[in-house]
Amino acid sequence: MPTELSEEVVKEAVEQHEELGFEVIHEKSPVFYDRFERKSDLQGQTHYCPGCGHGVAHKLIAEALADLGLQDKTIFVSPVGCSVFAYYYFDVGNVQLAHGRAPAGATAIKRTCPDKIVISYQGDGDLAAIGTAEIIHAANRGEKITVFFVNNAVYGMTGGQMAPTTLIGQKSTTSPFGRRPSNEGYPLHMAELIATLEAPVYVERVALSDNKNIMKARRAVRKALELQRDGVGFSFVEILSPCPTIWAKDPVEARKWVAEKMIPVFPLNVFRDKKPEALTDTAPPIRPVREVLELGTKSTGADVTPHHAHHFKEFTVKVAGFGGQGVLLLGQLLTEMGMREGLEVSWLPSYGPEMRSGSANCHVTLSRERIGSPLISHPDVLVALNEISLRKFASQVAPGGFILYNAERLPADFTLPQARIVCLPASEIADKLGSIKATNMVMLGALLEETECLLPATALNVLRDKIKKVAMMEVNDQAVAAGRDFIDHYVRVGAVTQPDGFAG
Amino acid sequence: MRQLCKGNVAIVKGAILAGCRAYYGYPITPASEIAEAAALYMPQVGGTFLQAESEVAAINMVYGAAAAGARVMTASSGPGVSLMQEGISYCAGAELPCVIVDVVRGGPGLGNIAPEQSDYFAMVKGGGHGNYRNFVLAPASVQEMAELTMLAFELADKYRNPVIVMADGFIGQMMEPLDLEDREITLPEKPWAVKGTPQTRANLISSIFLEPDQLEAHQRKLEAKYQRAQQVETRHELYECDDAEVLLVGYGITSRVLRSAVEAARRNGLKAGLFRPITLWPFPSKELAQAAAKVEKVLVVELSNGQMVEDVRLAVNGRVPVEFFGRTGGNVPSVEEVNIELTQRLGVLA
Ligand SMILES: Cc1ncc(C[n+]2csc(CCOP(=O)(O)OP(=O)(O)O)c2C)c(N)n1
Ligand code: SF4
Repeated sequence: MPTELSEEVVKEAVEQHEELGFEVIHEKSPVFYDRFERKSDLQGQTHYCPGCGHGVAHKLIAEALADLGLQDKTIFVSPVGCSVFAYYYFDVGNVQLAHGRAPAGATAIKRTCPDKIVISYQGDGDLAAIGTAEIIHAANRGEKITVFFVNNAVYGMTGGQMAPTTLIGQKSTTSPFGRRPSNEGYPLHMAELIATLEAPVYVERVALSDNKNIMKARRAVRKALELQRDGVGFSFVEILSPCPTIWAKDPVEARKWVAEKMIPVFPLNVFRDKKPEALTDTAPPIRPVREVLELGTKSTGADVTPHHAHHFKEFTVKVAGFGGQGVLLLGQLLTEMGMREGLEVSWLPSYGPEMRSGSANCHVTLSRERIGSPLISHPDVLVALNEISLRKFASQVAPGGFILYNAERLPADFTLPQARIVCLPASEIADKLGSIKATNMVMLGALLEETECLLPATALNVLRDKIKKVAMMEVNDQAVAAGRDFIDHYVRVGAVTQPDGFAG
Repeated sequence: MRQLCKGNVAIVKGAILAGCRAYYGYPITPASEIAEAAALYMPQVGGTFLQAESEVAAINMVYGAAAAGARVMTASSGPGVSLMQEGISYCAGAELPCVIVDVVRGGPGLGNIAPEQSDYFAMVKGGGHGNYRNFVLAPASVQEMAELTMLAFELADKYRNPVIVMADGFIGQMMEPLDLEDREITLPEKPWAVKGTPQTRANLISSIFLEPDQLEAHQRKLEAKYQRAQQVETRHELYECDDAEVLLVGYGITSRVLRSAVEAARRNGLKAGLFRPITLWPFPSKELAQAAAKVEKVLVVELSNGQMVEDVRLAVNGRVPVEFFGRTGGNVPSVEEVNIELTQRLGVLA
């Protein structure tokens, strides 16, 4: 504590305290360390300037923690600012955090240790400038922490720059002509701001201007901590605090300045004091990790054993179409099937905004060996669900490859690539079956029938497990069957809708 | 039993199996599925998921949770990871174990959401302020997304340091079989943490060391653990290196393309091999120098304009010519492209 106050001032203070019914204790709170090791030569003193409000605020907090018996339970988060070294004084668990981020850190500390007392102690630069987002959101989430906000209208630590709370007209090293609203805006009223939010349970502004107000501050500090102790919710105490050094005033004048200049701008008030309603939302039930992470999920259908000898070493498919045509799902189903047949598999989607409205595509690799690149430059099969995809990707198909195109016939001006093409009106077929959404399933059936890359039985098993909508189950099965039939009846018997383009 | 899983989701599954029960993050493509999976799983296994107001808040929440002794993680990409750099530096300075996933996307600036490997410098060389290192692990498959995340938590606690899992848009978005076992784990004691108990009351988590000698001593202590890690924590994978005449070097998704390129090259009679760093920091320099000792040329391929190549050159130290081929903007070179580069560069050599 600064020890520069004259005996008279101390005497007056003691009398005032006693008048107010407080017991005046001259001992250092047991929540403070016996020796302050910040300054090796002056271990009885803090690093704060004489008359600094931080010292008083510390004292009020230490006192409350001691009285409430919370010392062993407390985690004190110090900010960046003059109070960065609060951990030299408070004999509690201490965490020092980056400039402005104490409420974020305190949030996670509290959630890690929900039954402990977590204090975020911050200056006005820390809380109201660089850390505005963190304090608003911690308050809005109703984190069950206590924030002590020391507003001294300047940046103390860095030598007197303007703070968001600097008064209009007040000079600082970065507002040398006085704060001008036209250039720097207006003092930020944090207590009022916080009190506009729903979650906080207690918001009060107090001042270290005179003993009477200090006593009010004392009560506010205590109340805020009690509320946290009782698990009630977010509590916030703004403390108008003298900074004699930066203000270039002696300690007594500085206190007067708080009373005369700051309080009119930052009125003292209890802005919020409510009992919170019991929140009725509930967390999801806790289940075993195995279950949650689906580590042991078995396919519900009969597992297809990989006795089926795959006719390829590696088989690659590119599926492309409009977003919403089930392009990615079709690819995923193929991949899942491959995996169940004991193959190495990979599925690589196009992703991002292009998927929202435009086109989507994905690459599927089925392999008997470890897969190198999941990116396919020359797929064995292109499943083109729309014309754009056909035009865009047909030329990529590997020589000897195969294109499955969702339409009655090829576009008139389309030049055939080095691949065989089968056109099938999958959308129409699906529509007739009852859902155009099953277009991709018709394509799947055709693909399986034509290439024999994987077993249709596997497809049905996978569909059973992956498509949860009962209404779609039957349609999907029929769609796969229809796709297979189409190949059987129209293609195998030679009725290819377009000439065989294979020239390899 | 194998399950088909997205890379980003595998990260969270790995994290939970590693005992992580705390996730703080902010959404960004192509990393959002990590936050989404954490939001889905964490509350169901008794953990915490919180969507922070920003990546700045997220990394400081990570700092707070780690300070209180939790195994904790976050994930982001590009701009979000940039915002975390201050916090990562604080974590390193305060020796807080935590795991940060960077699913790298195209930059600089907003860039795009397609895969790149252009955060190598930012992750491997620091990115935040001061003398510190991140451990950086580079998964190349969905299985590794989970396994290296588990390893990341081990390393983070072992060294009390941030560990980065550096993936890319493709590894994050792709699906592959994932084979994981639920296993009993014993979380390490953290007597240094601040837990609001009488036993931890004397503890302080801070990165402040005001006196020059104090800070220097602290940095020496950090440096000593980094030196230790460089001796024992490097990881890499070799493919067809024994008789290789040319060595391809790449990590993450690029290493997958290079693996195929090695096969293609060998089909064409060119003896290529692949060196894949799994730890980008500590970088497997010794092992790389060894693998490169017998080759005529090294070709480094990255989704960047040449970042890891600097570490390769340092490792090889001029003994073998090191060429670089990079694609950016979300372009991932095809196997053919790599092989064309390879033959052309060898042509130059001949
Ligand atoms: C990211 C970052 N920016 C700037 C600083 C420099 N800095 C340290 S303290 C401070 C202002 C502190 O002022 P305030 O919060 O009002 O506390 P006071 O010193 O007045 O108690 C600033 C700007 C920093 N440490 N970190
Ligand atoms: S500069 Fe101001 S806030 Fe900082 S210690 Fe001195 S009086 Fe207190």
